[in-house]
Amino acid sequence: MEIYEGIKFTKEHEWAREEGGKVYIGISDYAQNALGDIVYVELPETGKKVKAGDPISVVESVKTASDIYSPVSGTVIEVNEALADSPELLNDDPYENYIAVIDPDDLSELDDLMDEEEYREFCSEEE
Amino acid sequence: MENECRRTPLYEAHVKAGGKMIDFHGWLLPVQYSSILKEHENVRTKAGLFDVSHMGEIEVSGSDAFEFLQYMLTNDITAKPGKAVYSPMCYADGGTVDDLIVYKQNDDKYLLVVNASNTDKDFQWLQDNRKGNVYIKNRSDEYAQIALQGPESENILRSLAATADAQGILSGLKFYRYVNEFKIGDVNVILSRTGYTGEDGFELYCSPDDALKLWDMLCEKGAAFGLMPAGLGARDTLRLEAGLPLYGQELSETISPVMAGLGRFVKPGKGDFIGREALVSQMEGNMSHMLAGFEMTDRAIPRTGYEVYCDGQKVGHVTSGGFFPTLKKNMGIALVGMSYAEEGTELEVLVRDRKYAARTVKLPFYKR
Repeated sequence: MEIYEGIKFTKEHEWAREEGGKVYIGISDYAQNALGDIVYVELPETGKKVKAGDPISVVESVKTASDIYSPVSGTVIEVNEALADSPELLNDDPYENYIAVIDPDDLSELDDLMDEEEYREFCSEEE
Repeated sequence: MENECRRTPLYEAHVKAGGKMIDFHGWLLPVQYSSILKEHENVRTKAGLFDVSHMGEIEVSGSDAFEFLQYMLTNDITAKPGKAVYSPMCYADGGTVDDLIVYKQNDDKYLLVVNASNTDKDFQWLQDNRKGNVYIKNRSDEYAQIALQGPESENILRSLAATADAQGILSGLKFYRYVNEFKIGDVNVILSRTGYTGEDGFELYCSPDDALKLWDMLCEKGAAFGLMPAGLGARDTLRLEAGLPLYGQELSETISPVMAGLGRFVKPGKGDFIGREALVSQMEGNMSHMLAGFEMTDRAIPRTGYEVYCDGQKVGHVTSGGFFPTLKKNMGIALVGMSYAEEGTELEVLVRDRKYAARTVKLPFYKR
């Protein structure tokens, strides 16, 4: 499993990464692998307010539709429009290709998430 | 959970090839090896190899076997020698017990190939209605089945056929024809030019003891033709794109073959059979719902069970749907009220909490 440093993870296999006070979110390599070929991403609307744990997007593979939950509370300020026409980018490189950018209400929520090592362990127990 | 599942003779080969194994009606089978989309595409353009050993095989024999099957099945099994017959099997009310393929082995012996999850139910149904000199045996454990599908299938088999005789049989074998005795390498198979993908291809029935040898032989020789193993995921997208019904979704105890648009496999002219009266009545238009193909005109993926609306009113539900890899469209099949099934009807599909526009289209979606 390939993981980038400085990324936090949820138990639902989303990742979150803080950059300049904003939080980029996406799905983990484990998630894209479990889903298989991704054929559609339902992107959130910018301006949408979410609480940590709220559904924020839906990622659909050939086999199934999977809810994506926001790792942090805040406001959606940007979405990755490239996913609208190329949803397979999430398979190709799930850490380079974020789903949305959140202006967080409280950055300390990231502290509640798993770091890389904890997440690796979490995934190995899931298998 | 894995311990309770049955394994086909090819289980180890799937694991070795990187198959992602899932529980499919109690069988451990690969849903995919590398990618459903790639496997789908490969079957459409070259060839794919499927393990379908979970399918059930029921033998019906005895001097009254023919008459018995004519009474149990909706299609007419009077066929030219070497012609496989696809037929629904129905309840008295027209609901579907199963859909299956009949292979005649000799005048008094027929092999029915049935859906894996229906094998026990079908066997019981046949037993419960048994009459005359008829013997019914569940021979599922004595057969493995491998499906070789795609435009290169014949070339792959030709490369494995040892004799000029075998070559001749292969090139002469038309769609839905079969031979009871054929040799691939030194493996004896029933060779049937049938399939569930909408492509040319073959289904090979052999002894479970020979399955691995046959699989390896096909993989080895097939590689030069671009053959790749393909999993259940691709099997489902291929069959759906070709508009082929899946029992439990397009056919069921409440969806008759006539409702499913399979009226051509119901032959009232052959004499009496179970479900005849109900099915004839449906063919005359006395039914409330039928299946219709549709294409999403808004961007959303329809899936099994989603509700279908017309002018704000619920008119049915999706039986199967998804992203169609070859057509690159979001499409599906829905069971809708009769007046909504006509081609070009504007519908809406409820996806999560929003309705998205769709339009009915003609089946099959894809034709080679």
